[in-house]
Amino acid sequence: MFGRLVYESFRRQKRRKILAGVAITLGVGVATAMIAVATDIGDKISRELRNYGANLIVTPQEDTLDVQIGGVDLKPPSDGAYLNEADLPKIRGTFWHHNIVGFAPMLPVSVRVGNNTDAKNLTLLGTYFSKRLIFGKENFTTGVRITHPWWKVQGAWPDDNSSDVLLGENLAAKLGNKTGDEIEISGQPHRVVGILSTGAAEDNQIVAPLALAQQILGKPGAVRRLYVSALTKPEDALARRDPKSMNPEMFDRWYCSPYVASIAYQLQEAIPHSHAEQIRQIAQNEGTVLSRIKGLMLLVTLAALFASALAVSAAMATAIFERRNEVGLMKALGAGNISVAALFFAEALLLALIGGIVGFAGGALLARQIGRSIFDSQITIEPVLFPVILAIAVIVTFAGSAMAIRRAVKFDPVYALRGEA
Amino acid sequence: MKSDVVKRRGGKPHTSMFLRMLMRAAVLRRGRAASALLAMVVAAAVATAMLNLYVDVQAKLRKEFRNYGANVVMVAKGDQGLPADTLNKVNALLAGHGLAVPFAYVVARTSNGQSVVVSGTNLEQVRKLDSWWSVTSWPANSQDALVGTRAAAVVSPQGKPFDLSFQGRTIHLNAAGILRTGASEDSRVYMSSQDFENWTGVKPSIIEIAASGSSEDVHALIGQLSQAVPAAEVHPIRQIMEGEARVLGKTRATLAAATALIIATAALCVLSTLIGWVFDRRRDFAIMKALGASEGLISGFFAAEAAALGAVGAILGFGIGVGVAAWIGRVNFHAPVVPRFNVLPMVFVGSIVVALISAVLPIFLLRRVQPAMILRGE
Repeated sequence: MFGRLVYESFRRQKRRKILAGVAITLGVGVATAMIAVATDIGDKISRELRNYGANLIVTPQEDTLDVQIGGVDLKPPSDGAYLNEADLPKIRGTFWHHNIVGFAPMLPVSVRVGNNTDAKNLTLLGTYFSKRLIFGKENFTTGVRITHPWWKVQGAWPDDNSSDVLLGENLAAKLGNKTGDEIEISGQPHRVVGILSTGAAEDNQIVAPLALAQQILGKPGAVRRLYVSALTKPEDALARRDPKSMNPEMFDRWYCSPYVASIAYQLQEAIPHSHAEQIRQIAQNEGTVLSRIKGLMLLVTLAALFASALAVSAAMATAIFERRNEVGLMKALGAGNISVAALFFAEALLLALIGGIVGFAGGALLARQIGRSIFDSQITIEPVLFPVILAIAVIVTFAGSAMAIRRAVKFDPVYALRGEA
Repeated sequence: MKSDVVKRRGGKPHTSMFLRMLMRAAVLRRGRAASALLAMVVAAAVATAMLNLYVDVQAKLRKEFRNYGANVVMVAKGDQGLPADTLNKVNALLAGHGLAVPFAYVVARTSNGQSVVVSGTNLEQVRKLDSWWSVTSWPANSQDALVGTRAAAVVSPQGKPFDLSFQGRTIHLNAAGILRTGASEDSRVYMSSQDFENWTGVKPSIIEIAASGSSEDVHALIGQLSQAVPAAEVHPIRQIMEGEARVLGKTRATLAAATALIIATAALCVLSTLIGWVFDRRRDFAIMKALGASEGLISGFFAAEAAALGAVGAILGFGIGVGVAAWIGRVNFHAPVVPRFNVLPMVFVGSIVVALISAVLPIFLLRRVQPAMILRGE
């Protein structure tokens, strides 16, 4: 009999059930989408923050002092120690290699540009643009196009295996060269394939594939600096401690957290005779920006949950309030308060489950759409979220119905049937 | 008696009756009217809070982004340094919306003949501009210097006072603090601009500027600066500006999506409550119709009621929403979100429109039903 009551209630009152069901579905959908976005936003924003460029720099251990003002080397950049290019792919073998978005080696060399009569002394910067490297069985590409996303090129990027070069935009204006010209660098002709604009010192330099710079310098495999862009965890109390003062257990925990300091430590391990340091301007500010955005999204998600809980309970209350005649009839026929309440709760449960499942699917699609259109990447939805969302849907539906059911049960059947409630 | 009533009602019998019906409807069925109003207030509050946040979050986040330091740099074109009044001109153009710090550089020699870059600047302002500098202790006295960690290994390995010479003139400095940034600052020695000028006579050649505001504002400022100081080149630091623009854009887009979803949910909440409320009163509707009221009058009556509800709800909700936004600002950004009154008309009109839709929709459905059917309880 109870089952039939529920079944008939759904069959005969389609409009009301659909209204309540739609409200629950939409509420659950919005809640799911917002929770999915909020849980993933930290990841997405830290990837966006990588647009600020490298947050780690690796230099040779016995490096001489830079004598550099405004990005211009005043000391002949050819003396000093070097890193070995052959060691670079080992970065992919470190513990946190999945967190390393990219790296770019740099090798500045002094060159003479032009014919012998009016030759100029300039800096040529050798680097990777988008170089394919192999580590073990792994193939990957890295270079300034990943680590320095604000570098813009008019024309084309040179191939890493070619001897083509880019000219900084200020330098190009000074020399009167444009894309497609040939210029003579240290006695060899090279093709200019693009004009580079960075808003920094490179605007006055020639930028070339690393191999070309090494060839000019006469030191194959030499790298002066290495910029590494890594996804890191904001610093906390543990991260600020000196690893030398930690006990082994604490050290393991520190080593296995993607703090910028522990990644620097691992880079130092991977590359012999190197010194890795965080670039504090980038690394330190990331944490604050990230925590602000995460905090904001958390509060907004709470607002969304609140609004959808309210929408669901408003819809349920309306649906039940409209049925007080029915309650009156049931009570007049001898139904107790408990069986009336049980009927309503059973209906609410059914609605919550259906609305919860459909809403979860819809919310997942919505989150995916938000991820794709805003961040150009998928927002992954944890399967754990499904039972949680379903439980929330049931609880909110029950809570929303409870007040209305209490009031419906308390009706005097006589008034209800006479329509005077 | 009858003439009294006629006189009392004056020329506008409909208006007074209309108002009375509106008032009595609200007073007599307090419970339902209150719950409808509550839904309206909550929805308007949530919408206000979200819109306020959306408008204000850009300014709030921009402030956080200024911790990345300068986004504009001014470099002297010649070797003579910047003209003496440049900093004043820059500060006048900034008008408090940013920070400008001059830097002067020379290459000095240590006592054992090594080259090291020395910079003279306003250390107090550098501390504000470059908040990421990790410094053991900031210099307080004259002849105190801030030594980069790599420079320290060369000039004063044990933290002892050291001598630097530039063009034959020597200065004696105390290593007051060690500086660590992970960038080129690590190989330099920083000192106060007064000591620096007395020693070298070199004027600042670079001004680093952290300008607040949107990227259009900053580009406008760059234009003004290069006009005001023709002896210098002014350019944006693209790394900082583009990174900021991207992160800010993504955050705002996400927040916009969230705001749209939340406002839609709040509107849904209002819609279902108000539809229930109007449906519930189909008896009123039937009686009015049975007594000969035109459909236009009835629709007008319900619409006026809904509009009044929407207006009151919007104003109350606006007040609460501003409070919620201010609270979120305080919790998350440690600065309250300023109330934006330009959000009010949006919330006001939006509330009334949603209320009108939810009042007119059931009327439209009930229109085809005979009043007798409703009154008989069918």
